[in-house]
Amino acid sequence: MKETGPMEETAPERDTAQAGTGSAAGRAAEPLLELSGLEKHFPITSGLVFKRQAGRVHAVDGIDLTVHAGETLGLVGESGCGKSTTGRLVARLLEPTGGSIRYGGRDITHASRRELRPIRAEIQMIFQDPYSSLNPRHTVGGIIRGPMEINGIDPPGGRDRRVRELLEIVGLNPEHYNRFPHEFSGGQRQRIGVARALALDPRLIVADEPVSALDVSIQAQVVNLLQRLQRELGIAFLFIAHDLAVVRHFSQRVAVMYLGKIVEIADRDSLYERPRHPYTHALLSAVPEVGLESAPGTGPRERIRLAGDVPSPIAPPSGCRFRTRCWKAQEKCAAEEPPLVRLEGNREGHLTACHFPEAPTVHGRDVVLDPALA
Amino acid sequence: MSTPFLSVQDLTVDFHTEDGVVHAVDGLSLGVEKGTTLGVVGESGSGKSVTALAVLGLHNPETAKLSGEILLDGRELIGAPRSVMERIRGAKAAMIFQDPLTSLSPYHTIGKQIGEVFRRHTGASRAAARDRAVEMLTRVGIPQPKLRVDDYPHQFSGGMRQRAMIAMALVCDPDLLIADEPTTALDVTVQAQILDLLRDLQEQTGTAIILITHDLGVVANTAHEVLVMYAGRAVERGTVREVLGEPHHPYTWGLLASMPRLGAPVDVPLRPVRGAPPSLINVPSGCPFHPRCDYPALAGPGLCRAERPELSPHRGHGDACHLTLARKQEIVGTLVQKREIVR
Repeated sequence: MKETGPMEETAPERDTAQAGTGSAAGRAAEPLLELSGLEKHFPITSGLVFKRQAGRVHAVDGIDLTVHAGETLGLVGESGCGKSTTGRLVARLLEPTGGSIRYGGRDITHASRRELRPIRAEIQMIFQDPYSSLNPRHTVGGIIRGPMEINGIDPPGGRDRRVRELLEIVGLNPEHYNRFPHEFSGGQRQRIGVARALALDPRLIVADEPVSALDVSIQAQVVNLLQRLQRELGIAFLFIAHDLAVVRHFSQRVAVMYLGKIVEIADRDSLYERPRHPYTHALLSAVPEVGLESAPGTGPRERIRLAGDVPSPIAPPSGCRFRTRCWKAQEKCAAEEPPLVRLEGNREGHLTACHFPEAPTVHGRDVVLDPALA
Repeated sequence: MSTPFLSVQDLTVDFHTEDGVVHAVDGLSLGVEKGTTLGVVGESGSGKSVTALAVLGLHNPETAKLSGEILLDGRELIGAPRSVMERIRGAKAAMIFQDPLTSLSPYHTIGKQIGEVFRRHTGASRAAARDRAVEMLTRVGIPQPKLRVDDYPHQFSGGMRQRAMIAMALVCDPDLLIADEPTTALDVTVQAQILDLLRDLQEQTGTAIILITHDLGVVANTAHEVLVMYAGRAVERGTVREVLGEPHHPYTWGLLASMPRLGAPVDVPLRPVRGAPPSLINVPSGCPFHPRCDYPALAGPGLCRAERPELSPHRGHGDACHLTLARKQEIVGTLVQKREIVR
């Protein structure tokens, strides 16, 4: 099943979600990746012999996203918000339960293994844990060769030469070809994972928390490496992370997820400087900053403390999913799900799903909602 | 000046392994006063956690060799008999760990685990211990404490488990609390709740806190004083304002410049510390940071490789580096000007 041709401009949310990707070239072109109404529900079964479905985990519950060629889209949110599931859906490691995934103009939502084969080479993943994502019994050379062997790719000059080239690109010594993963530190292992992802010249890399397991000084090395690759090779990234500062550093556009939904999406500056969704505000204000103006007892810094934890995705709250922790929630929030739209005063492409959005900037306010802190 | 409430002098912890002797902590000195928080910062393997375990006598005496001096309220803890350490742990000094799920027993209710500590140290009755557990859960902000006291750890969320651990650590009103990466496993919004909670509890009880973390942001928001560790040694020490505002050690500069920050200009690339932390079996000679440092040439020929810099001065803002103060100030000025370090 092949669907080519220009993208239809009928669906309004698709129209808006595509816009606002800053200036740069290729904006008018079709996006590299396009998710619409994407859903992944995991069934919960009970019973030993006769399994029946007792409920569903709404891990990803209808999201629209686009990633353009050569662009980085950051996906942030707390644990359990569905950001990793989204990444796995994009790499087609999971089968979506609803919605569609279009890659390079083709619908790959339910594409078979055979149909996916040429695409698999173009979409690669980098995983969080550099220890469990490399096979300990294979040499580094074997690990990086693997994708080329599976896909029957013979680069000019041979696979071994390509592997050495890749090792050099990611800043490892090509002499280490025959070493095993345990001989490397965490940061070096993550570089091996990056080299493996690059082996097939991908156009899109799904990076799922690629630096969160690393020490600060090593984390910066890997972030700089990924940034250089993106610049030099023009690879698009879906950069999934919980660390808002890392995402800000690496992404051109950023989407914030909460309980399986996108609550806000915008280009980087717009999102970090003029966040409109209360959850984005809360997330940003919760990041402990080194700046001395935030040292104890000094200076005003916006400080919002959310009460409680993220609700269960098995039975998410009605209406707006954030309402149970939101200080602005009213009856409307429980009754009606807020649409992801562009608010007045926002830049094009800055979409927010909130009935009672924040003023564009808030300074020096102190909202404490935690009963324990009151 | 009198001795601080917790005073560690020249602490050394060596582990004897098949590969050789691991010098996990090498000549570390620190002090914490009541009612204040000392942030201990460093990367994995810098000796932060080993120091914490040594203070509480939780190291394995078979493999770990300790020397130096650990004075808690004037009492020497190194070599103290087990019975003494057992009386001190939980009652005078307590600890919170990074992962609350593995630190709580899955077979016992939260209330029982909190009450157990209380009963052991005070000999209270079961009923009294249960009341105390409910009181502690209330203090750490668990909703419906009377019901939740009978829950098992798996029924709590990550943030609530960390609160329960704090409740357990504080049940006997300890004078010293060591928190080892207490928020690393938590989401940012929950991390903010827990750090606020620690700060509020400290205001109420005047506990001395040692907060071990790799996150300078957490330190800036919670601690009064900071100790930066590298390869088992203290490389810089001072108040938060001194260390983060006028950092003196090249490793501290490296940490600050490699951290992406919300307030930093986004067009300036991160400046990582090159290389990787050293093996603690073969610690580099002289200054352990010299192979990764950008400035040994400025300190004098071969000096950093040959001679180990001492942490000086002994009190106040000090650092272990051979560069002259004027040179350090000059370099910091340049880094700030290049916007690699944002104050």
